[in-house]
Amino acid sequence: MVAALAKEITLRRSELQGQQVETIYFGGGTPSVLEVDEVVQLISVIQTNYQLVDNPEITLEANPDDLSEDYIIALAKSPVNRLSIGIQSFFETDLRLMNRSHTAEQAVSSIKCATRYFDNISVDLIYGIPGMDDDQWQSNIEKAVSFGLPHISSYALTVEPKTALKKFIAEKLIPEIDDEQAERQFHLLVAQLGEVGYVNYETSNFGKPGFFSKNNTAYWQGKSYLGIGPSAHSFDGEKRGWNLRNNIKYMQALAADKLPITYETLSRTDRYNEYVMTGLRTIWGVSLQKVEHEFGKTYGAYLHRQAIKYIEQKLLFWDGDILLATKKGKFLVDGIASDLFMVNLS
Amino acid sequence: MKNIRNFCIIAHIDHGKSTLADRLLDFTGSVTEREKQDQLLDNMDLERERGITIKSHAIQMEYQYEGETYVLNLIDTPGHVDFSYEVSRSIAACEGALLVVDAAQSVQAQTISNLYLALENDLEIIPVLNKVDLPSANPEEVTDDIVDLLGCAPEEVIPASAKTGVGIEEILKAVIERVPAPEGSSDSPLQALVFDSVYNPFRGVETYFRVLNGEIKKGQKIKFMATGKSYFADEIGTLKLVQHPKPIIKTGDVGYLITGIKDAREVKVGDTITLNDTPAESAIEGFEDVKPMVFAGIYPVDTEDFEELRSSMEKLQLNDASLVFTPESSAALGFGFRCGFLGMLHMEIVQERLEREFNMTVITTVPNVSYHAFTTKNTNDHIIVNNPSDLPDPSTLDRVEEPYIKATIITKSDFVGNVMSLCIDKRGQITNQTYLTTERVELTFDMPLAEIVFDFYDRLKTVSKGYASFDYTPIGMRVSKLVRVDILLNAQPVDALSALVHFDNAQTIGKKMCEKLKELIPRQQFDIPIQAAIGSKIISRETIKALRKDVTAKCYGGDISRKRKLLEKQKKGKKRMRQVGNVEIPQQAFMAVLKLND
Repeated sequence: MVAALAKEITLRRSELQGQQVETIYFGGGTPSVLEVDEVVQLISVIQTNYQLVDNPEITLEANPDDLSEDYIIALAKSPVNRLSIGIQSFFETDLRLMNRSHTAEQAVSSIKCATRYFDNISVDLIYGIPGMDDDQWQSNIEKAVSFGLPHISSYALTVEPKTALKKFIAEKLIPEIDDEQAERQFHLLVAQLGEVGYVNYETSNFGKPGFFSKNNTAYWQGKSYLGIGPSAHSFDGEKRGWNLRNNIKYMQALAADKLPITYETLSRTDRYNEYVMTGLRTIWGVSLQKVEHEFGKTYGAYLHRQAIKYIEQKLLFWDGDILLATKKGKFLVDGIASDLFMVNLS
Repeated sequence: MKNIRNFCIIAHIDHGKSTLADRLLDFTGSVTEREKQDQLLDNMDLERERGITIKSHAIQMEYQYEGETYVLNLIDTPGHVDFSYEVSRSIAACEGALLVVDAAQSVQAQTISNLYLALENDLEIIPVLNKVDLPSANPEEVTDDIVDLLGCAPEEVIPASAKTGVGIEEILKAVIERVPAPEGSSDSPLQALVFDSVYNPFRGVETYFRVLNGEIKKGQKIKFMATGKSYFADEIGTLKLVQHPKPIIKTGDVGYLITGIKDAREVKVGDTITLNDTPAESAIEGFEDVKPMVFAGIYPVDTEDFEELRSSMEKLQLNDASLVFTPESSAALGFGFRCGFLGMLHMEIVQERLEREFNMTVITTVPNVSYHAFTTKNTNDHIIVNNPSDLPDPSTLDRVEEPYIKATIITKSDFVGNVMSLCIDKRGQITNQTYLTTERVELTFDMPLAEIVFDFYDRLKTVSKGYASFDYTPIGMRVSKLVRVDILLNAQPVDALSALVHFDNAQTIGKKMCEKLKELIPRQQFDIPIQAAIGSKIISRETIKALRKDVTAKCYGGDISRKRKLLEKQKKGKKRMRQVGNVEIPQQAFMAVLKLND
């Protein structure tokens, strides 16, 4: 697989057309299964084939149980300069319910160890877990904050189809996900992290100033990205591509010197819709000026008109020419964005 | 004339009528190998898909028997209660009928009602025990049932399998030997019975008829006695698999007529064709103007498509004369049409044909029957109420009458109790109970037609585990205590959700409506109260709680495309919803009343 990844990186060297690489992100699935020297090897392949900015943000997503002290020490010597640790919860019961491979103890020890070698660390936490009361959630937040980390990602538990959790809920072994609980815990989170200086710069992301994820911010600001590996998505400002999902087929394609990618070209409307959808999730909002400039006056007028109803309901507000979700609207932005979309019925 | 036999096949639905017709065509060599196609006579796509015959058709076969050539005219009959008038006219065009009974399922409600129709028209009945090849067949017992029903000898029942071909020759033999040749006078003025018509987009309306007296010749000026309109017989001929033009159709025979009529409403089933210059003294008896039984609003999904819907409906009406419609408007749905249908199946067919043939997706409102309302000002003349909003204000209302039917249900004796409770629940009154055999019971009820419209078939099937068959005939209007239940969403009345129901059921139906709507209307950013009311009195209430969470947790590089497409789809779905005040209502909510017990 590492050879295949390296090959894909090499084959696509000309795609960035001289643009500099600002961030590298090892994520999706469990990249910490890679040996450190494999990570280093991949970074060097990137360095050979692409132009990098000085001091690029290089993140590795890792599971707590993969983060032994040796692993962390080795990583610290590599160009990797940011760690994103999949903590999820500090309670054993939650971890078991979500079928995680690490223990609550490993969650704590991995962070403690990581902080000795890394400054730029993010952890993720899950809320809205069946059976998790607000006190428990609060203590999870406090615990995460207690390590003095500059970044926290926090997600509402989502039940995906074909998962064990879905099955357990269907069989009533676990109670249904409670939207009211999720909403309450989200607002607790925003309030509590806000108090200690974290900015809720995107729906599920909280960072101290200067520590927002540069890589992820790029997605929401419509920047280009190259996605390497099975199922990875790429975007060049106009076309979005996605690689084959299947590992074997992915590797076979590359072995035959073929790129395992399919593209679709985004229309102006598609790009407008994506901007609205991602923009409303962030503190940068949706800029009317940008909409008019990039998509045209019609889009601007449409956005303005569609937003009126939500402004009346105090779910959105204008800050100058920037459209933003209110505190109340934050947890409802999908449906709102959908309503602000431009679609052709045919 | 002595070598002509006119016969039809009557059967309960799914007893193998169409398959048997195919077999007869096969056996008499009326179909070439290339033309073979299952259920030849059902030529609408929809019919073939649903496996039922909606419109009847006719076909002529030639058959050599004992040295003579016979002309056998098979007139196919529709197999659904919605079309019972058309069945009666097809039967009236025949001298004999094959009564097909499934050897596993035995005599069912439609077997009996069609049999009565055939007997009223003095048809010779040839009982056929079909599907004897089935492992579940019970030939001895079912033969006994048939013998009991007809009072015939067991030997007269022909065991057959339309599937394997067993008994086909015996059936043809019986048709020739037992069905009488037509009688009629070739010297009398022309009297031909219209038993069906089909719309052909190129040739106009094709009229199918049976000559009772006289003869019809190509080019003659003919007249339809009920409509009073005259045309020239541009083309006449006999119906083989393709049409065979002929210069003359003689007494007793069956044929088709093309006059260039472009509107199906000008040709009425049951009408009499005569000659314009030497007309018959009287028309053939039994003609009725078919009246719609069920009414519902049909609205374009997109309000802008109203004119397109109108032109689609007009085109549809050209070949479906039983469809009637008048424009109406609704505060919730905009401009649309109040449509009259023969029954629920007919309604579904119209809806499906609009979608398939005209690419028109429509919203259909809660169907209702046609009521007669009398006001205190004028207690003698009725106002026709085809739409709940037409019901006069309760303060001026003297009384309301609703159509009643005689329902015939045949079921196993085990389920008599269940069927009775269902019918009583549906305001039925039992009028008769007959044990056809020790196992099988025939129940007759007087019931309001409106109760059949709402989920009756499905519940009958459920309570009888499928062992019940059902048929009905209208028996006139009766006074009833009816009220209009209105639905309010966010305190705004939604006219298209109003329903006329019996006072005793209003509370329950109002409650169920609210519950069903709560399920069907998606949660929005605010609480939505749903209320059911009679006049200003609220009889039930539910609340759709506001959405609390509507946001994706993760939205990174690989999620954006998928999420955008999902939200686009949601937006398109919303565009198809109707907005009343600030509440968005999905289309299926307008039909919610039909599925109150799901």
